[in-house]
Amino acid sequence: MTAHRLADVTVVADAGMVSQSNQEAIENAGPSFILGAKLGCPIETQTGSGYRPSIMTSPEILAEGLKRSFGTTLAVDGIDLSVDRGEIYGFLGPNGAGKSTVTRVLCTLIAPSGGRASVAGFDVASSPDQVRLRIGVALQEAALDPKQTGVEMLRLQGRFYGLSKSDTERRLSDLRNLIDIGPALEDRVATYSGGMKRRLDLALALVHNPRVLFLDEPTTGLDPVSRAKVWDEVRRLNAELGMTVFLTTQYLEEADELADRVGIIDHGRLVAQGTPDALKRSIGTDLVVALVDGDPEIARRALLPLTAVERVDINGLEVTAAVSNGPEAISPVALALAEAGDGLRVRELSLRTPTLDDVFLSVTGARIADRGADTEPAQPTEEIR
Amino acid sequence: MSTNTAETISAHDPHAGDVIARHAGFARDLTSVAIRALRQIPREPEAVIPALIIPVFFFVVNVGSLSNVAAAAGVSDFKAFQLPVAIIFAVTGISRASALVSDINDGYFDRLLLTPMSRPALLLGLMVADFALVIALSIPVLILGAIVGVGFSTGILGCLLFLLLAGAWGLAFTGFPYAIALKTGNPAAVNSSFLLFFPFAFLTTAFLPQAALTGWLSTVATYNPVTYVLAALRSLLTGGWQPTPLLQGVVAIVAVAAVSHTLAFMALRGRVSRG
Repeated sequence: MTAHRLADVTVVADAGMVSQSNQEAIENAGPSFILGAKLGCPIETQTGSGYRPSIMTSPEILAEGLKRSFGTTLAVDGIDLSVDRGEIYGFLGPNGAGKSTVTRVLCTLIAPSGGRASVAGFDVASSPDQVRLRIGVALQEAALDPKQTGVEMLRLQGRFYGLSKSDTERRLSDLRNLIDIGPALEDRVATYSGGMKRRLDLALALVHNPRVLFLDEPTTGLDPVSRAKVWDEVRRLNAELGMTVFLTTQYLEEADELADRVGIIDHGRLVAQGTPDALKRSIGTDLVVALVDGDPEIARRALLPLTAVERVDINGLEVTAAVSNGPEAISPVALALAEAGDGLRVRELSLRTPTLDDVFLSVTGARIADRGADTEPAQPTEEIR
Repeated sequence: MSTNTAETISAHDPHAGDVIARHAGFARDLTSVAIRALRQIPREPEAVIPALIIPVFFFVVNVGSLSNVAAAAGVSDFKAFQLPVAIIFAVTGISRASALVSDINDGYFDRLLLTPMSRPALLLGLMVADFALVIALSIPVLILGAIVGVGFSTGILGCLLFLLLAGAWGLAFTGFPYAIALKTGNPAAVNSSFLLFFPFAFLTTAFLPQAALTGWLSTVATYNPVTYVLAALRSLLTGGWQPTPLLQGVVAIVAVAAVSHTLAFMALRGRVSRG
C-alpha cells in the first residue's frame, strides 16, 4: 500500500486501533505492527503482497458483535473482525460454519440480526446502497443468466452501475483480457464451462471498479488449473490495484496461499484470527503426529510431562504433539509413546510443520474435513476452455 | 449523503480511469430490465409460440362450430364476437414469471440485488416487456380478424384503443404469476398459475352473450371482470364509440390490476427483504 493511498483515508480511533495521522509516520512505519488490540489477535508481521497492516486507517470492513439468525437457528454468533484497506482477508471454515452468511450480511443481501457491520465506511444495515456502489461480489454459485451472452451480461452490469456507454466499453475491453474467454464471450453463457462461468462472474463483479471485492468460495468445484488462474487474478487485483479482498474458502491451501490474514470460523463464531504464519506458530514450531492403536488419552498422559512438548491435541486415533524443536523432540516423543503401556501401540509417527488445519484442530477439537469441508479442490470434471 | 447523485468512488484500476459507480436512476434501471427481458423472448420461442397458436385454434374452432348457435342467441357477427376472445386467450397469463423464477434459482436475482438498482424496477421492467409482448401477440390475431372480414366500426383510433385495452388486460393479469414466482421461487408453482386463466377466460361471455347465459354461469359471468373487458373490446369492433362498456372495461382492468399487482409487489418486497 503506498503512502498516497494511505493518506487519503480517514483516521479513526474508535475501532480500537492506535490512531496516527502523520503521513511521515505512516511511511516510516516498519513492516511489523501489533494489530487488533480490540480483537485479541496475535502479533502479526507482514511480508510481501500489496497489503501492509495499517494501524491508522479506518477499516475497510468492520464487524462488531455481528449476529444473524434464521428462525431459532443462530448462524452467526457475535463475529468481530476488521479488514484493512488493501488486505486479502481469508475467511476459513467448514461447510455450514457461517462463512456465506457473514458474506451475505456484509454484501447487504441480508440484514444483521444483531451487532453492526460496515464496508467502505458505510453501515450495511442503514446505508446498503452506498455499500453496493463500492463492492464487487462473486457469490458461491456463479450468478449468471444462461440465455445472455457474456458481453451482454457485462454491458448490462455496467448499466446497473450507471456507467456511460463509453466507460462500459472501456471496462469490457479491460475485462476481456482479464477473464481470457476469447471469442466465446459473444456466445450464450449456457455454453460456457464451469471455469469460464467463474471467470465471467468475477468480471461482472469488477465492471464498476469496486473498492472491495467479496469472493465467496471462488474456487469450489474448480479444477486445479482454473483454480490457479483465479488465485493469480486475486493476487493481481490486490497487488496492482490495492483492492481489498474478502475471500471465504474451505480450502486450507487457498487461505494459506492467498490471505494476508485468516479468520477461522466454526459454528458461527470466529475462533482464531491472524496471519497464516502467526496462526501456525501459535500452536508450535513443529508437530509430531502419531497414529495410535488403543486409548489416545494414554498417549496424551505420556507426552504432556515431556519438556519438549507444549501441547497435545487428539482427533480420533491421531495424537498431535506441538513441540518447539521437532528434530530434537521426536526421539523423546517416540520413546514416551513406546513406554506408555496399557496396550498403546504406535502405527505411524511423523514430524511436520503446522498447517491451518492444525490450527483449526487446536481451537475446535476437530479437523476441518471432519466438519464436512472439502479441503482439497475438485478434480477436473469438464474440459477447460 | 444523497443516494441519487453520482458520487466519486476512488478508482482502483488504473486502466479504469475515471470509471465511477453511481445510481443509474429509476428510468435507466427500468429500461435495462425491460431490454434484457425483451432480448430473451426470441431466445425462448417455446414460451411464445403457444400464445400464438392457442387463440388462432380457438377462433377457428369456435367460429366453425358455434356460429349457428350464436346466431340463434342474437349474435349477428360471430367472427367479430370471437375476435376479442382470441385476444384474451393470446394475452392472458403472458409474463416473464418463469424467467424470473429461473433468475431466482440461478442466483442471478441475487446478482441484481447486489447492484444499487431500484427494487421496483426489477418487476416493473419485466412488466414493460410483458406489455410490449402482449401488444405484439395481439397484432397477428387482429390481422387474422382482418383477413376473415372483421373490421373496426370505430376506425383506426378504435383499433389502437383495442390494442391498448388488450395490453392493459395482459399487464393486469401478470401480477398473479409474478406474485407466485416471487413468493415461491418454484417453477412448478408458476406453471400452475396458468390454471387461473381458465375461470377468467371461460366462465364469461366467451362463447355467448350475457343474455343467453343461464343459471350459475350467468351469475359468475356477471362478476367476472373478463366479461366487461370483452364487452369493451367488442364495442370497438361492432358497436361504435360507446362510453359505458369502455368505462366498465377499464374499471375491470384496473380492479384486477390493483389486486394482482398488490400481491406481486408484496411478494417482491418479501423477496428483496433483507430480514
